[in-house]
Amino acid sequence: MSKQTKTLNLNFGPQHPAAHGVLRLILELDGEIVEKADPHIGLLHRGTEKLIENKTYSQAIPYFDRLDYVAPMNQEHAFALAIEKILDIEVPIRGQYIRVIFCEIGRILSHILNITTQALDVGALTPSLWGFEEREKLMEFYERVSGSRLHANYFRPGGVHQDLPRGLDADILKFCNEFPKIIDDLETLLTDNRIFKQRNVDIGIVSKDDALDYSFSGVMMRGSGVAWDLRKSQPYDCYEQLSFKVPIGKNGDCYDRYLCRVEEMRESVKIIKQCLEQLPKGPVKSQDNKITPPPKKEIKESMEALIHHFKLFTEGYRVKKDEIYTAVEAPKGEFGVYLISDGSSKPYKCKIRAPGFSHLQAMDYLIKGHMLADVPAVLGSLDIVFGEIDR
Amino acid sequence: MLNITDLEKKINSELNTKVSSSKIVHETLNVSIEKDDLKEVLLFLKSNPDMKFKQLIDITAVDYPNKKNRFRMIYLLLSHEFNKRIVVDFPLNENEKVFSITGIFPSANWMEREVFDMYGIDFQDHPDLRRILTDYEFEGYPLRKDFPITGHKEVRYSEEKKKVIYEPVKLEQDYRNFDYNSPWQGTEYIKEIKKNNE
Repeated sequence: MSKQTKTLNLNFGPQHPAAHGVLRLILELDGEIVEKADPHIGLLHRGTEKLIENKTYSQAIPYFDRLDYVAPMNQEHAFALAIEKILDIEVPIRGQYIRVIFCEIGRILSHILNITTQALDVGALTPSLWGFEEREKLMEFYERVSGSRLHANYFRPGGVHQDLPRGLDADILKFCNEFPKIIDDLETLLTDNRIFKQRNVDIGIVSKDDALDYSFSGVMMRGSGVAWDLRKSQPYDCYEQLSFKVPIGKNGDCYDRYLCRVEEMRESVKIIKQCLEQLPKGPVKSQDNKITPPPKKEIKESMEALIHHFKLFTEGYRVKKDEIYTAVEAPKGEFGVYLISDGSSKPYKCKIRAPGFSHLQAMDYLIKGHMLADVPAVLGSLDIVFGEIDR
Repeated sequence: MLNITDLEKKINSELNTKVSSSKIVHETLNVSIEKDDLKEVLLFLKSNPDMKFKQLIDITAVDYPNKKNRFRMIYLLLSHEFNKRIVVDFPLNENEKVFSITGIFPSANWMEREVFDMYGIDFQDHPDLRRILTDYEFEGYPLRKDFPITGHKEVRYSEEKKKVIYEPVKLEQDYRNFDYNSPWQGTEYIKEIKKNNE
């Protein structure tokens, strides 16, 4: 009698805790070996790009919070930069520093979530409990500056919505002094942990060339040894004035990507500290009232301010006919906005380039030949968030 | 390393007839080409030692319903070695097909699927051209300008049938598109009234 083998189709998700959201992954298995992976995405598609085309520029900003919802402000940043470049607006130096502080807070938020859930996927529960306590503190900073923990809507073309409330800078500094200790604690749980290493070392290896071919960016690319960080290579805002290092991986496996993320958190803390030390005084947003609204107090006294306010919140500002691609180094990689304006107060087209989209696309390439149990480990290290992939 | 103006010159001289126009906007090089030259141009940009645009950042299309060529395809490339970005674009008619570039950049696979899904642009030789972001059995192409923002179908759970069903969209209130333009600058509705009176 001859043995017959056949491949088994397995539906992974869309409701699976290790799928990091609504991912439906159709796996073809030969025993426990994955032969093919076909990710079905779009279960969280909300038509962000279509909605943005129908909203004014300032109404479009909140949609960016809802893309990668673990690091909302980094997304807003890309959109704000695009408009600033088209309109040629100067951002006051204090505004730039505040934006960088909150971008780095976003990076830490995202990396904590990723590292701890990746650990959770391979069996370690404690890191997520410790990590989420820190995330809560960071989201409190978000709340204090913008009024909401998650969907901040804080960045504006020309700066930020409002200045830091009194005492916030001291509290962020206090956090920066305490947080490296927490990273150390997390590392004692994971970095040399035998099980964590068994599950991650040499899993999901990406070579340098493949990282380029598959349009990887961010940690996914740096983990494979490509030295590329938009904060260094195409600096925006005040990143040029800050000194920080960019951690680079060697083997391109899940473990290296984990190490990169840990180091990036430490660097982010340094960046925030530098920003707080150098934080200059002055306005936080452009003083051109055709773009940013005048202070509420002025509206009571000045007719001109009232008109500006009225016009900005009904018609919105007009953006001259132009096309631009701007990208920022979001926690997950290169987040870009391709904006086409037509001279009206609504974008003609706004294409959002989400880093996770290309990363998830490579799932088939990454997982082929691995065991089924490695799927959550690889997915975890891809750092996918469906808000940005499905848009 | 070439600076951006030299890069423009070099691309123009090496590809001469294939480039219909080029310009530098916001420190990015924009190159317009013809549809049929796409593969050659991208291969040249990827492999030429002075270019090395080895990474495809994104593919997208733009819909201009009133133009002769309805769509415009846009390809964004990045060169890590020289820290440069380039935008390649070409016009496209509604029923024309585009050559798939999955053979040059593997990552183009999903990006082309997305363009197909959103705009209904067909890609020749694509290995797996399916819808990607919209629902299974979705109809229409959402990012075309003539697709209504409210969509065509809505989903609800039917208690009688005990399953999720699709129905035509019913809105309690029509979608309202407010016209905030200053009346003294001549808004659309006033122009229409004037036209009708004449």
